[in-house]
Amino acid sequence: MSDQPDNIVIRAHGVVNRFGAQTVHDGIDLEVRRGEVLGIVGGSGTGKSVLLRTLIGLQRPVAGQIEVLGRDILHLREAEQRELEQHFGVLFQDGALFSSLTVAQNIEVPLREHSNLQESLMAEIAATKIAMVGLPEEAGDKYPSQLSGGMRKRSGLARSLALDPEILFLDEPTAGLDPIAAAAFDRLIGDLKAGLGLTVVMATHDLDTLFAICDRVAVLVDKKIRVGTLAEHLQDPHPWIRAYFHGPRGRAALNGSDPQHSAIDLPSESLAGLA
Amino acid sequence: MATASFVASADRNALVFQAEGDWLLATAAELDRRLRALDLPSGREVVLDLAGVGRLDTAGAWLLKRTDNELAARGNVVSLANVRENLAPLVDQVWAHSAAPLPHPIPPHHTLAGFVARVGEVSVQLIRRAYSITGFFGLVTLTFLDLVRHPRRLRLPALVAQMEQVGVDAMPIVGLLSFLIGVVFAYQGADQLRRFGAEIYTVNLLGIAILRELGVLLTAIIIAGRSGSAFTAQLGTMQVNEEIDALRTLGLNPIEVLVVPRVLGLVLTLPLLVVYADFMGMLGGCLMSWASLGILIPTFLDQLHSAIGLWTFWVGVIKAPFFAAIIALIGCYEGFNVARSADSVGRLTTQSVVESIFLVIVADSAFSIMFSLLKI
Repeated sequence: MSDQPDNIVIRAHGVVNRFGAQTVHDGIDLEVRRGEVLGIVGGSGTGKSVLLRTLIGLQRPVAGQIEVLGRDILHLREAEQRELEQHFGVLFQDGALFSSLTVAQNIEVPLREHSNLQESLMAEIAATKIAMVGLPEEAGDKYPSQLSGGMRKRSGLARSLALDPEILFLDEPTAGLDPIAAAAFDRLIGDLKAGLGLTVVMATHDLDTLFAICDRVAVLVDKKIRVGTLAEHLQDPHPWIRAYFHGPRGRAALNGSDPQHSAIDLPSESLAGLA
Repeated sequence: MATASFVASADRNALVFQAEGDWLLATAAELDRRLRALDLPSGREVVLDLAGVGRLDTAGAWLLKRTDNELAARGNVVSLANVRENLAPLVDQVWAHSAAPLPHPIPPHHTLAGFVARVGEVSVQLIRRAYSITGFFGLVTLTFLDLVRHPRRLRLPALVAQMEQVGVDAMPIVGLLSFLIGVVFAYQGADQLRRFGAEIYTVNLLGIAILRELGVLLTAIIIAGRSGSAFTAQLGTMQVNEEIDALRTLGLNPIEVLVVPRVLGLVLTLPLLVVYADFMGMLGGCLMSWASLGILIPTFLDQLHSAIGLWTFWVGVIKAPFFAAIIALIGCYEGFNVARSADSVGRLTTQSVVESIFLVIVADSAFSIMFSLLKI
């Protein structure tokens, strides 16, 4: 994989985020390559979610430039912003499903807004997405309050995939899931990435997820970011990174997977179908 | 621009469907129409040829899969051909996970039987609600009696905070509205009574109307909108956050901690607010009588004194604690009923205000009947 301009879907440069006197990010540079799964890790309060929100355009940084799909998202007009957002899918931490709508209606919201499909076709597409994220058929008619946490996450994922986005942002996708459900969710993200040619950016605490599906990992330490493959991070002498990857949980996750394999950038031929 | 087309051609034994162009969400509506218009064969061998497909997304892939399903349902033997390598993963995904939406049964509302069933359902629900509200009232009463026996368990800071929020903080709006109602009443009354040369009876009208009915009713309605809704929203949000469950697990009784201070606070405060509203209403009426009728303040007071007895005042104030109990109990009851969704908080808050205003007015008429029987 080369770093040709076309291959970089997100490019952030010198991003500074500050809340009052507290600086969360102090000059972050980040490039996300087309077709990769990038994990963002960091201790609590290091601004993983803030970084994710900044990339999506929900949080305006104090300084810096952010380019998504070749467009400067900090200086877009309203209409351009809406157009660009159709290429994003975002899964919020608890799914953020609209509680007054059923799961199927939730998935139909973006379809209704951005296409002129007939009702019947919309319902069929919603049902397909529900099946693709591994939910049972009946889930479509349920309201979010009737679903378990794992099912809400899957429903949120189905909604974020409604418009076949190029980039998928996930905020703590496996938090709050049992290990089996979390592993299944990891596999699901991997499958969808392969099938739909997604680029995935996720904030996560889950070491198993990192080892299982992430091609590269961005670590937030000391208000800066260090991006690299897992193999590179495992060599990093920084005390927090060492503690993170070489702690008991890190070692357990490492033993449970093959880091050499995960650390390799996966090819992304599957993308051409979408692009 | 994305385009798509669909060509059917007979090739010796097998029929060939050629999909061409971009099968995307943007073109799906048009494709859907064309596909539905097609006359599908049956009992043949059909090849779905994707060689001409440029770009493909889930919506397009689903349309292909649906065509596949429909052909298969007509007894055709369907096969895929020329799936380009870069499209294969997506095609596999959709082929593996396709699902038709579940049919939605049409609700039988429009039949006679459906109507009768609906009436029955609503009635049963009403009875259940009445039963459950009565149960809640009983629970609060028991908790309250328990607190009377152990007064040290009463949460004084919470009670005082509630009294401040529902009472002191409501004084500006209650005062202003009562004052204005007094002004309007005096003006309208004077206008009518002047025709009979009975302007001075404006004072009687004001005294009876405001002290007996308007002061207390108006205050109760304002407080139902202001504090009843706040109770439901507060308790409802706590319910959504599982805070009420947390209280239970910490060995605290949510009724004692949350409901009793609110109910007691409102029951103690509303009568005081009513006295204040009565005063402001009379003040407005008095000033208006002076301005429009030239009735001086001493004359006004003399006339008022002869028009009303002490009971006129008490009849109004005595209703206040009952109205307060209704508002606070309904507000808290609906708050506890909130399901774990944002939608439910809003719906039940509205319901709580509507219900408490309704019940306050019903209770007011009941009081009227009772007072007339007692000849007060």
